[in-house]
Amino acid sequence: MKKKGNKELPAISTASLPDVIFMILFFFMVSTTMRDQEVLVRYKLPNATEVQKLEKKSLVSYIHIGVPVTHMQARYGTAPKIQLNDTYKTAKDIGDFIAAERDQLNESDRAQMTTSIKADRETKMGIITDVKQELRRANALKISYAAIESEGL
Amino acid sequence: MAGSNKRKTPEINASSQADIAFLLLVFFLVATTMNTDKGISRVLPPIPPEDVKVEDQKQKERNVLLVFVNGAGQLMVGDEVTDIRQLKDKAKEFILNVNDDEDKPEKEDKEIDMPDGSKWTYTTSKGVISLQTTRDTGYETYIAVQNELTRVFNEIREDVSMMKFGKSFGDLNEDERKVITTAVQQKISEAEPRKAIKK
Repeated sequence: MKKKGNKELPAISTASLPDVIFMILFFFMVSTTMRDQEVLVRYKLPNATEVQKLEKKSLVSYIHIGVPVTHMQARYGTAPKIQLNDTYKTAKDIGDFIAAERDQLNESDRAQMTTSIKADRETKMGIITDVKQELRRANALKISYAAIESEGL
Repeated sequence: MAGSNKRKTPEINASSQADIAFLLLVFFLVATTMNTDKGISRVLPPIPPEDVKVEDQKQKERNVLLVFVNGAGQLMVGDEVTDIRQLKDKAKEFILNVNDDEDKPEKEDKEIDMPDGSKWTYTTSKGVISLQTTRDTGYETYIAVQNELTRVFNEIREDVSMMKFGKSFGDLNEDERKVITTAVQQKISEAEPRKAIKK
């Protein structure tokens, strides 16, 4: 029953390839968020088991605390620094930072504003406490200590 | 010129559509992040107004469990040195006060509105856990302690939820969850750090 062997295989149609790629594209557009800032400190988050997911990303402002990244160490040393937006700041600047972040939100969302503290596990509590005091003064009371979810201690 | 209407518009070559889509895909892969932010949520106490005396807010001694973490990562619960693995059970025992001990927190009956409109009286504990640190306490230890204290309240919530609704706290709907969170409030107070330890 074999036919003559000189028939070539038909080329596979690539017409649906764009559709497949678009599907992947939409998946990434929906599930990711824009990278909004360059992190200038190096931090390794502590582990915790009782973590909660932060609900709305647009309502979260970040405070990074850690040792400056290698190429900045020549200028800023290796002591832990606080990073707000794209620069190193001190705890005193947190009030202004929170006020600026709050201004960007809708009136109705302001009460829901959360501050996420992303601090290195080697940090001392002194600097964290200063940050917390400033947050209290700025009336940004909802905070979240960023942590990596782990199974048990 | 317009008479030659027999001519069909040639089909647009769509073979580069895939390349364009790839380009967009690569852009989104590079410019976005997918990190899901997780963390231990807390609500800081507001700064008290100047004219309020400190005396007014003082809690009765039996209602406060002091958890103190020093710079070396050692833990003191109440007035004894404790390992972090025992912290959860100790704190839970303190908050629940099953045997109505004299030196453990007072209790208070609280009326809570149920989703179906009825009232439910739940005996809440007045216990507060006060977490104190020094300036040189490590952040990792602090988070570990915070984690254990969160577990205390999460476990109590789980128990109450099982008792009241027969379901796990995670499976409750929003209204029922609200009932449980009002009944069992997370009472962790974070005082300012001690300047120095005097003894």
